[in-house]
Amino acid sequence: MNPPLGSPEPRTYSEPMRPPQPAVGQSPQPVRQIAISVEGLNLWYGKNQALFDVSLGFPARSVTAIIGPSGCGKSTLLRTLNRMHEVTPGTRMTGRVRLFGDDLYRSGMDPTILRRRVGMIFQKSNPFPTLSVRENVLVGLRLNGVRDKEVLRERLEECLRMAALWDEVKDNLNRPGISLSGGQQQRLCIARAIAMRPEVLLMDEPSSALDPIATARIEELVHELKETFTIVIVTHNMQQAARVSDHTAFMYLGRLIEMGTTQKIFQRPEHRQTEEYITGRFG
Amino acid sequence: MTTVEASGRRLEDQHQHRWRRFKSGAMSALAVLSAAAVILPLGFVLFHLLLQGASSVNVDFFTRTPAAPGSPGGGMANAIAGSAELLALATALGAPIGVLGAIYLSEYSSPAVAASIRFVADVLNGVPSIIWGVLVFGVVVVPMHGFSTLAGAVALAIMMIPLVLRTTEEVLLLVPGGYREAALALGIARWKIVVHIVVRTASRGIVTGVLLAVARISGETAPLLFTAFGNLNWNLGLTQPIAALPLQIYTYAVSPYEDWHRQAWAGALVLISLIFLLNLSVRFLTRAKRL
Repeated sequence: MNPPLGSPEPRTYSEPMRPPQPAVGQSPQPVRQIAISVEGLNLWYGKNQALFDVSLGFPARSVTAIIGPSGCGKSTLLRTLNRMHEVTPGTRMTGRVRLFGDDLYRSGMDPTILRRRVGMIFQKSNPFPTLSVRENVLVGLRLNGVRDKEVLRERLEECLRMAALWDEVKDNLNRPGISLSGGQQQRLCIARAIAMRPEVLLMDEPSSALDPIATARIEELVHELKETFTIVIVTHNMQQAARVSDHTAFMYLGRLIEMGTTQKIFQRPEHRQTEEYITGRFG
Repeated sequence: MTTVEASGRRLEDQHQHRWRRFKSGAMSALAVLSAAAVILPLGFVLFHLLLQGASSVNVDFFTRTPAAPGSPGGGMANAIAGSAELLALATALGAPIGVLGAIYLSEYSSPAVAASIRFVADVLNGVPSIIWGVLVFGVVVVPMHGFSTLAGAVALAIMMIPLVLRTTEEVLLLVPGGYREAALALGIARWKIVVHIVVRTASRGIVTGVLLAVARISGETAPLLFTAFGNLNWNLGLTQPIAALPLQIYTYAVSPYEDWHRQAWAGALVLISLIFLLNLSVRFLTRAKRL
């Protein structure tokens, strides 16, 4: 299955925290480099198969939306991208997932290290209740041994600014993280995730518990963050997918039905099921 | 025709209504009486202790050691200090084991293993406390050739472990899984998540559980009978017999001296007040914030 090593395309993508990896086994993508490629993924929860032979690539520094009706496997697919599905007992998986060519499931790949490269935002905002705003943002760094006060202070402001939260909290960074409003809490979680300088941000319905104004702020934020990160967002809300994403993948009953640019998926879908879902005839 | 039927039904309804009201009232009365039966003994004990013991609770009681048998005066200073030392040692020995065991159950073990350990802990909680006294007599007192503070503390610690284990496990399970997932997704090592996120979130509940366990064992007499043994003089050393409030109360209560009887009442009053205070501080802790 593995294509031969070598023939790497010139990388347009480099970040200080990210050693350039020789790309292995990517399907050639004309425009953008693929950040994460998924090949022939099958996944079972106990005896129930949740994903069937899913293969797709998530382009770097852009937003890819995964849409589909409830139970179609979109959250499951998302969780295989940072091995969070392994937290659920009884899961079994076959297939390959590569992050810039690096096989996430090879032996010797530590899921803890991997998750520093692939951050995650959850549906329900979950700032740590015993920690202040400052501690919430820095907890990942602190617990991974970063002690330098100067570094921590810089990273705190940088991340809160990137998460568009700095102006709202800068006067009282010591208040509890859970004293913020729902939308602010979710942006705090985003700040906490990007403090680890991940390469990819996975978002699992990040605004489904928020009001329309807070949702709009999160969407703006997603738009800004894609300059720096590769973003994969699972959403129930098709308008949201249309607004924030560059590419859209439509899933149904554990299978990837169709993937393409968001414009194409929403205007000229190739599959009837995609069209029916998008136009609201089922789902 | 229809009107007659309707009025007939109404009469029947009214009859049923009265019967239902009677049943409801009877059940309520029964419940109120049962609730009163719960409170009554406590009120009675407190009242009786105050009546019998309050007059003997004075400065001497807290500052002096027991007087010679039959002679008036003296106090239980050694027993109060002894109880404090025994409880502190027992907590130092038992609480960490209970808490760490609970962390294993809630964070690491498989459900089957957790269920069996939980069952064993529940059995241990039901073991009569005198059995622990006998066990520690055989395991600690005999090899050390004598009763000692250490033996008493070990007996109390053994009682504390399953209590702390169960309460701690429960509060750890109350920590929402979302926090563990959020920390995992940040690439934080598992043991750091447990220590810095899960235990920290549940810390108040863990402290509450330990305090409740201390309150529970602070009145235990049976496990101390052949371990700490009791002492009418000062001793805070680890290898000598030590006095404890419940033991002293027991010794005084079965003695033939009128003055010792009064002091036994006073001791009981002090002991129950301490337990009351411990429970109050638990209430205070749990009310300040959830978890």
